[in-house]
Parts: sequence; C-alpha cells; structure tokens
Amino acid sequence: MGTPAEHLHDPHLQHHFSDRRQQLEAFKLGMWIFLGTEVLLFSGLFCAYAVYRASHPEVFIYAHRFLDKTMGGVNTLVLIFSSFTMAWAVRAAQIGAQRALRRLLGITLACGFVFLGIKGVEYQHKWKEGLLWGTRYVPQEHAAPAQTDHEAAAELGAPAAPVVPRNVHLFFGIYFVMTGLHGLHVIAGMAVLAWLLLRARRGDFGASYFTPVDLGGLYWHLVDLIWIYLFPLLYLIH
Amino acid sequence: MTSADAASSDHSGALAHVVPWRLLAGVWATLVFLTVVTVAITWVDLGRLNLVAALLIATIKASLVLLYFMHLRWDRPFNAVIFVATLCFAALFITLALLDTTTYQPDLIPGYAPAIKP
Repeated sequence: MGTPAEHLHDPHLQHHFSDRRQQLEAFKLGMWIFLGTEVLLFSGLFCAYAVYRASHPEVFIYAHRFLDKTMGGVNTLVLIFSSFTMAWAVRAAQIGAQRALRRLLGITLACGFVFLGIKGVEYQHKWKEGLLWGTRYVPQEHAAPAQTDHEAAAELGAPAAPVVPRNVHLFFGIYFVMTGLHGLHVIAGMAVLAWLLLRARRGDFGASYFTPVDLGGLYWHLVDLIWIYLFPLLYLIH
Repeated sequence: MTSADAASSDHSGALAHVVPWRLLAGVWATLVFLTVVTVAITWVDLGRLNLVAALLIATIKASLVLLYFMHLRWDRPFNAVIFVATLCFAALFITLALLDTTTYQPDLIPGYAPAIKP
C-alpha cells in the first residue's frame, strides 16, 4: 500500500497526503482539536457552576434534591453503554464486519433516543412543578424533592425542616443550561450517527476506509465524557 | 510518522490499530462498576472529600474512555497532548475564577454571606 501506482488509484487518498496512514492521522488530529474546542465551550459553564457553588453551596445542597438520581444514573449507564457500542462499531468497520457495524451504529443511535427520552421526562417534571430558571422559578406547593426532608436536613446539619435558601433559581438555571447544551450535543451526535448508519447501509465503510466512523465515534465519546462529569456535579451533591 | 515507521509497525496492512473486543468489554464493565461506586459513595459522609471523591472517580472513568474507547493509548501522542493541554487551560480558567470568588464572597453582598462555609 505504498507504491506510486497504488497512490494514483486509491480513491480515498487525497493528493496532498503522502499515504493513507498519514491522511488518517491528520484527520484524527483535526478532530481532536475540535474536541478541544468543545471542552473549552463546556468549561465556561463548569466555571459558572464552580463559582456559584463555591459562593452559595446551600443553594446547591437544597436544590439538587429535586433531581432524580435514579434517572440520572440510568442515563449515565445508557451513555456509557453507547460509548461501548460505538467503539465496537469502529472495530467492526475496521475489520469489515458490515452487519455488526450497522447493528452497533443502530444500537448507539437508539441509546441516544433513550437518553433524550429520560431527559424529556425529567424536564417535564420540572416544568410541572415550576422548577425552572430565573424568574420562571415558581415552585409549586406539591413539588416533592426526590429525597426526603430528613435526609436533606441531615445534609444541612439542621435538626428541623430545612431552611429554603434564597436564589434557588440559580441552581435550576445552571442545571437547564448545562444539560440543555449537552442535550443539543447529543442531538447533533445522533444526526451524525444516523448519517453514518445510512452510509454503512450503502456499504461505504470497510477495512480500507472507516474514517467517518472513527471520527464520528470520537465526537460521541466526548458527549459521554461531558455527561460523566455532569452527573456527579448536578445529581450527586452531598 | 514516516512511511518507513508505518511499514515496520504495519504487519497486516491495516490502516490503524484495531482494539480487541475483550478490552472494550472490560473497559465497559469497569465503567459500569465505577458508576455504581460514584452513586454508592454519596451514602458515605466524607464531608468536603465527597466532592473530591466524585471528581476523582469521574476522572478515572473519563481516562478510561479517552485511552481505550477514544484510542489515545495507541494514537500518536500529540492527540493526547492536545486534550491534556485543553484540560490544563480549563483548569487555569476555573482555578483563577475560584481564587477570586472564595476570597471575597462572605463580604460581597451585605447580609448575604454563604450559609455554609464553602
């Protein structure tokens, strides 16, 4: 795979690269730079989280009880499993296992739907109970935190019912923007996966050409990486 | 990587290293286990260490995804350099912001000091 004749005829080799391996490495490098910019994008939100939590931890300790740990935990497992099937799909493309590739891309895409579905249920609960951002924060009387008051009181160190701190809407503002932006990235990732699935069904990928699956996979793993940090920071505050 | 390097490490003509399935499955199982640990540890009261523990476990999980699922273990080191450098800049960003915050917060707004010492 290195003779000039093969270079001239390899349909996947662009002329400004010396060989396919160098080309793949260059594409991957570009993708990693893009992933770097995505991390920096979210780092702005993580900074807002850090500053607000450091300033008024009582808001976070009080408000996080309204989030459902179980749903958050299931979503974490769903995304981790989808990362597994995505990495497996890249392997399938590399060894030319076409049926496995299609199935694994399909499963990864399905996991995206499950994740969004659970997120939708969570958002709907918040909407019904008035637990929204900024001036839309109007907690309904029947809004029941996922944890009992007893547990929350123990966390705050108070013997009686927990004092409701000021500015609880700050937590929900951060919650919705961070998970919302993450959700948009999940949707974008799902669009990429759908396109990859379409191309896989056309038989575009194989041992000699799997770059889009590789790069699309990297993006999907990043979506998982961000959630790996969002989950404990938003749902598992002690 | 020069073509000579490519030729010498390239036994099967493959464009890139293929990750063994068992390794992928093992990493996945470890990630699931660590997720369970992350949730379980919230029932243990370590005070301020709870946050440290949560972030530590999250970082281990992230490292596993980066090294094995995202192939950094076998890629050219420069890809990892890009990612680590990004994290360093993000850490710089958040650290400097926090230094400022915790110094002034108790006195910033009269009557609205943090209810709990951060």
